Amino acid sequence: MAIPLNNVIEKTFYQEGTNAYKGLLGWLLTTDHKRIGLMYFYAMSVFFIVAVTFGVLIRLELLTPGRTIIDPQTYNSFFTLHGVIMIFLFIIPGLPAFFGNFFLPIMIGARDVFFPRLNLFSWYLYMVGGILAVVSLFLPGGPVDTGWTFYIPYSVRSSTNVVPAAIAAFILGFSSILTGLNFIVTIHRMRAPGMTFFKMPLFMWALYSTAWIQILATPIVGITLLLISIERFFGVGIFDPALGGDPVLYQHLFWTYSHPAVYIMALPAMGVVSEIIPTFSRRTIFGYKFIAFSSVSIALFGSLVWAHHMFTAGMSGVAQFIFSFLTFFVSIPSAIKIFNWVSTLYKGSIELRTPLLYMLAFIAHFAIGGLSGVMIGALSINIHVHDTSFIVAHFHYVMFGGVAFAFFGALHYWFPKIWGRMYNERLGIISWAVMTVGFNLLYMPLFIMGYMGMPRRYYDYLPEFQIWHVISTVGSWIFVIGLAIMIYNIWISRKKGDPAGADPWGGATLEWTIQSPPTLHNFHEIPVVTKGPYDYSHYEKPAEAK
Amino acid sequence: MSSHHAAATPHVHRDDVGSRMGMWIFLFTELILFGGLFIVYAVYRFQFPDEFKLAAKELDTLVGALNTIVLLTSSLTMALSITAIAKGSKKLALFFSWTTLFLGLVFLVNKYFEWGHKFEVGIYPQSAVLTAKSNGEILYFGLYYTMTGLHALHVIIGMVIIAFNVWFIARNVVHQHSYVKLENAGLYWHLVDIIWIYLFPLFYLLH
Amino acid sequence: MTHHHDDSHHHESHVVGYGSFTFVWLGLLALTGVTVAIAGIDFGKWTIPAALFIATIKTGLVLNIFMHLKYEQRIFKVFVGVSAVTLLIFFVLTFFDYGFH
Repeated sequence: MAIPLNNVIEKTFYQEGTNAYKGLLGWLLTTDHKRIGLMYFYAMSVFFIVAVTFGVLIRLELLTPGRTIIDPQTYNSFFTLHGVIMIFLFIIPGLPAFFGNFFLPIMIGARDVFFPRLNLFSWYLYMVGGILAVVSLFLPGGPVDTGWTFYIPYSVRSSTNVVPAAIAAFILGFSSILTGLNFIVTIHRMRAPGMTFFKMPLFMWALYSTAWIQILATPIVGITLLLISIERFFGVGIFDPALGGDPVLYQHLFWTYSHPAVYIMALPAMGVVSEIIPTFSRRTIFGYKFIAFSSVSIALFGSLVWAHHMFTAGMSGVAQFIFSFLTFFVSIPSAIKIFNWVSTLYKGSIELRTPLLYMLAFIAHFAIGGLSGVMIGALSINIHVHDTSFIVAHFHYVMFGGVAFAFFGALHYWFPKIWGRMYNERLGIISWAVMTVGFNLLYMPLFIMGYMGMPRRYYDYLPEFQIWHVISTVGSWIFVIGLAIMIYNIWISRKKGDPAGADPWGGATLEWTIQSPPTLHNFHEIPVVTKGPYDYSHYEKPAEAK
Repeated sequence: MSSHHAAATPHVHRDDVGSRMGMWIFLFTELILFGGLFIVYAVYRFQFPDEFKLAAKELDTLVGALNTIVLLTSSLTMALSITAIAKGSKKLALFFSWTTLFLGLVFLVNKYFEWGHKFEVGIYPQSAVLTAKSNGEILYFGLYYTMTGLHALHVIIGMVIIAFNVWFIARNVVHQHSYVKLENAGLYWHLVDIIWIYLFPLFYLLH
Repeated sequence: MTHHHDDSHHHESHVVGYGSFTFVWLGLLALTGVTVAIAGIDFGKWTIPAALFIATIKTGLVLNIFMHLKYEQRIFKVFVGVSAVTLLIFFVLTFFDYGFH
């Protein structure tokens, strides 16, 4: 059935809500997964921009040795907040809370998630946690300065607002847990008839694996944050060496969550790559089952490696050896994915549109970041580069150059479906190019500096490092310009872009069979699924929405 | 990818299995939350075995055993209330639910007196008596208060959930043909019981 | 909560009788008694494993009968297994540090 280009044939979910309210209350009291996803998006965009601002200011301070614009205490708070906001308010919720919420039900042929009201509650928890984190900046005591890792003993001794920040993170963890719970039950109980696990799109496999990490790892950081708070209030002494406690035990607990957390961040991004690459190669994904199983493997292996963050902390030699050994293993499933994505592109009918450009950048950046991760998993290298900017470069390459770029790519890919309009392709490509150049200028020098000995989280530095800092700071400015162009493009195109049809890309998953934007209940009738995703055997290039 | 659509919108009905699945998954998070504390306990007991034994002498094994029996019995009454509602015996379901609440309260009262006794003899975080003890003992009591305190908090939460269900049963929201809410309350309550099943020997039976 | 569901309609979940629950409860009480009794005996380094072993049997009873796990779909049992193994892994890997100081 041919679907006309400007095909809004029925009321969209913007026009029809799940409750009787109009306007703001129609959103704040909604149980529609699409509105909830969008509310997450709008909120996290604000937090993202705040965190980017802190990042830019950090880089500005590091332009010269000694003081440039702020004092050391402020600098410590800035890098702490940059980390806390980026990690807990942007990257961890990021893809699952926005794209997962919006598209998981649609892509499995359901009308909503299993627990819609719990979904709304998750969003409120997110908002409460986020607002508490922001409020803690201004309470007496001042913004927290411990680094996002809240290491004992300083997190107990610091006079800044550690407890509000810790509680905010706890609440955000709870939000994360409830979202994961919802997704697991939804995937198990609400797939459309005929959609077996192995006919689900790979983004679903990614979200499913992520959800299990959310469930099984997050509570560990929950109890750890509670213990910090209890320690600050009651002086119980559980991590206090003077009372027999062990600060390294804190690190064990903290990283038992925070390492799997990076896979909460990375897996959904990889899921998005698996969606976008087939669409713009006009080919089915190479090695579907390998990619599906690799998602589960990453969740599993990623839970076994946490102490590679602690090689210099004073662990036993046995622990160091074992964790290093296991760390090498966790790279294998990721490498499998990269191999399969590249194999999908090979001899495909490539259409180099903005979403695909972001995916190519993801592959390059994640490869660099991931390989540098394997390097620092080696004990001999780790001793030298631990707590240097080499580490900072490593995780920004995977988190930022990887996950954030995947987020931007997903934003462009699903833009027409969400808002019923197309973004401006030229601006899309330009902003991508500027951001990619800026990003690499920003972080490549950090690998070099770190190798040369530049410590991380340091306010001041020796003159020999300055040239690299200058390049990096200029890179941050270039990046921000590209980001501004992208934000402008997204913002304007929502209302002014060319109308988009149901399937502007020729996608082969369920979301492209419904109108753009979707109706309230997604489907007229729940589809009966007979084929797997990414089936291009009967591909016909659709008439393009320009 | 879909070759045809189902003829009409499928019949919409309740999914109790999914509902229970959701509660089980939530219970896993509680398991891991307490699990973190058990890891801390394990490490410190491994490092301070004798001091832990010494400190445990302050605890009254009889009270601990009594509380264990109280919670185990409350699990029984919780399970019985579900059987009752499944068989359509609303009054019996209410009776067993109220009994469960009562037993939870007994547990908390015992706890209150236990803690109170310790405060009286000067054993609490940062007290002169406690800081004079060995490091292992200080850690033991730190863990004792944290773990039994967090557990007691969950007993309270469980009681609130059961109280809601008492109201649901009374108002026939929960009845013979729709009682997954009560089942889920039961699941939560049993987890609270399981945590105590491990806490009891680890704190009360070290000698 | 109303949802689309692609399973065939199944029967009401299995109802365990009053007597069965009471029987299990008596078993739990007995095991508690055993735990207290053996605490008086010095097993040396086997004291903790012995106590935990009995606690685990009690937990197994609560899980399978009181919490109905025995009668649920197999996926529930897989989930419980995965969660328990995960916690176990956290313990074991942490002790690769502390066990070898």
